[in-house]
Amino acid sequence: MAGPLSRVGHRLLLQEEALVERVDITPEAVVFLDRLRLRHGPLMFHQSGGCCDGSSPMCFPAGEFLTGPSDVLLGSVSGCEFWMSASQFAYWSHTHLTVDVVPGRGSGFSVEAPEGVRFLIRSRLFTDEEAELLDPVTPG
Amino acid sequence: MVYAQPGTKGAIASFDARYDNFIGGEWVAPAGGEYFDNITPVTGKVFTKVARSQAVDIEKALDAAHAAAPAWGRTSTTARARVLEQIADRMEANLEKIALLEAWENGKAIRETLAADIPLAIDHFRYFAAAIRTQEGTSSQIDNETVAYHFHEPLGVVGQIIPWNFPILMAVWKLAPALAAGNCVILKPAEQTPVSILEVVKLIADLLPPGVLNVVNGFGVEAGKPLASSPRIAKIAFTGETTTGRLIMQYASGNIIPVTLELGGKSPNVFFADVMEQDDDFFDKALEGFAMFALNQGEVCTCPSRALIAESIYDEFIEKAIDRVSKIKVGNPLDPSVMMGAQASNDQLEKIMSYLDIGKAEGADLLIGGDRRIEKGFEDGYYVQPTVFRGKNDMRIFQEEIFGPVLAVTTFSDEQDALDIANQTLYGLGAGVWTRDQGTAYRMGRGIQAGRVWTNCYHLYPAHAAFGGYKQSGIGRENHKMMLDHYQQTKNMLVSYDPKPMGFF
Repeated sequence: MAGPLSRVGHRLLLQEEALVERVDITPEAVVFLDRLRLRHGPLMFHQSGGCCDGSSPMCFPAGEFLTGPSDVLLGSVSGCEFWMSASQFAYWSHTHLTVDVVPGRGSGFSVEAPEGVRFLIRSRLFTDEEAELLDPVTPG
Repeated sequence: MVYAQPGTKGAIASFDARYDNFIGGEWVAPAGGEYFDNITPVTGKVFTKVARSQAVDIEKALDAAHAAAPAWGRTSTTARARVLEQIADRMEANLEKIALLEAWENGKAIRETLAADIPLAIDHFRYFAAAIRTQEGTSSQIDNETVAYHFHEPLGVVGQIIPWNFPILMAVWKLAPALAAGNCVILKPAEQTPVSILEVVKLIADLLPPGVLNVVNGFGVEAGKPLASSPRIAKIAFTGETTTGRLIMQYASGNIIPVTLELGGKSPNVFFADVMEQDDDFFDKALEGFAMFALNQGEVCTCPSRALIAESIYDEFIEKAIDRVSKIKVGNPLDPSVMMGAQASNDQLEKIMSYLDIGKAEGADLLIGGDRRIEKGFEDGYYVQPTVFRGKNDMRIFQEEIFGPVLAVTTFSDEQDALDIANQTLYGLGAGVWTRDQGTAYRMGRGIQAGRVWTNCYHLYPAHAAFGGYKQSGIGRENHKMMLDHYQQTKNMLVSYDPKPMGFF
């Protein structure tokens, strides 16, 4: 279920004035997100770090996870805010993230786990051109 | 001898077809009647089904635990210690069977479960049996007529959420001190590895009064969350990642209860130039220390996943170190000569692969490995090649816990540089320092901001050596008698033996 990583590049070609978004989502992940929304209502992501299921994007009912000054909002994917702790973002800021979904059995309280799938982050480096047009993050 | 797969001809142990919850000393079906598939990473195939519990099942376990708590809390420490000793004896008598089941469910090499996971778990029960019997309260004479007595009291009913990387050992790290201290427990295993601990429970169920230990399986959002957010627990303990750790703290804040958290790390393993002064046993040990990133397939919170090597010895050292890594035997976890088995789940495998991609994209040099490994006869199992990258400490592979057999190597110029790089991380759980110089070892050991600094060793986990994190690696210390404090209240009785009034009113 690899993501359409050319999408940001495509958007740049169409709208040169547009800011480059930091997070994207694959069509496969959108399908699951829509299914989860039917059951849980509006959703949000918070990117995890640390051991076990660390580095996984955790998906919660919107507002379930309290964000604050120690977090940054990277943008939205398919109507879901995507958050990360500011300290972690310091090491991630040069990479473009794509939310994908794979079969799996994740721990944590992420809402997709009972479906037998796991959201997964795929990353690539921003190009130099993109880096100049990056969408600024919003402090929590 | 390669062990036969559980449930096949010649196997020393087998799994049941289905597992219920263990509540109030009985095996109880989940209220919703649903079960989820449990997959072994060794072959990628389903091997049993496990209770998919909901809030109502957690409530049932809480009822059982609360019913048992007053009597268990009043049981003498002598009697509680005896129960823990009997649990240890029972596990020891079944060590090989448990080791096999653990390897099959988690994917780790049986070489490890036989020599580390299960013996350490057994010893842990014995350690806390001793710790609780030797624990003392205090009495202090405040003045001639006033005495302050301090008693230890159990918290009552506690929740524990267990990770999947050492399903039995991590459960025991939390269970032994909690039970020793007189608490009743609701344990929620990880959904990737829900069963091996139940096999241990089957062995020891008759030793504990009903309701003292309750195990409820299910998904985090369906069973873990109702447990962590319940106003009926007096404490929650969690090992896992930072986002869930924060969420658990958030739930705990609603109930004003304490938490202990172990949230991982990105542990530096520092090799000073003097390790190569002689080609002796110590240098050989240091090379083994370098290869320790592959222990448990790298699925260890303290995985030494950053190697910092003195630049003056880099070329010579790395040649020998990579040679050592090339000799890591990967494959069927049930072959006792195999050193590294399968990653615990498909999503774990996918995550590791995504980090191999980002490592290459960030320009790190791939020194060995770098791809999935297809095992003959186990083509659908989740195997990865031991992988070593060389790069810079600000790359993502140096900063994020990949939780796989992936090592990020860099060099340092001098001791201060080594310390700076070691501490440039969000985490502070473990670290390794390798040197023949005691002064260097001491300064580095004290300077690294991590809860455990292995000095001229790595990945030893004896009971009575405190384990826990600085910085974002968590709160609290396990594996030591001080863990009892995390499971006890302090009762102060302030007693006046003076018959005269104070004179205020």
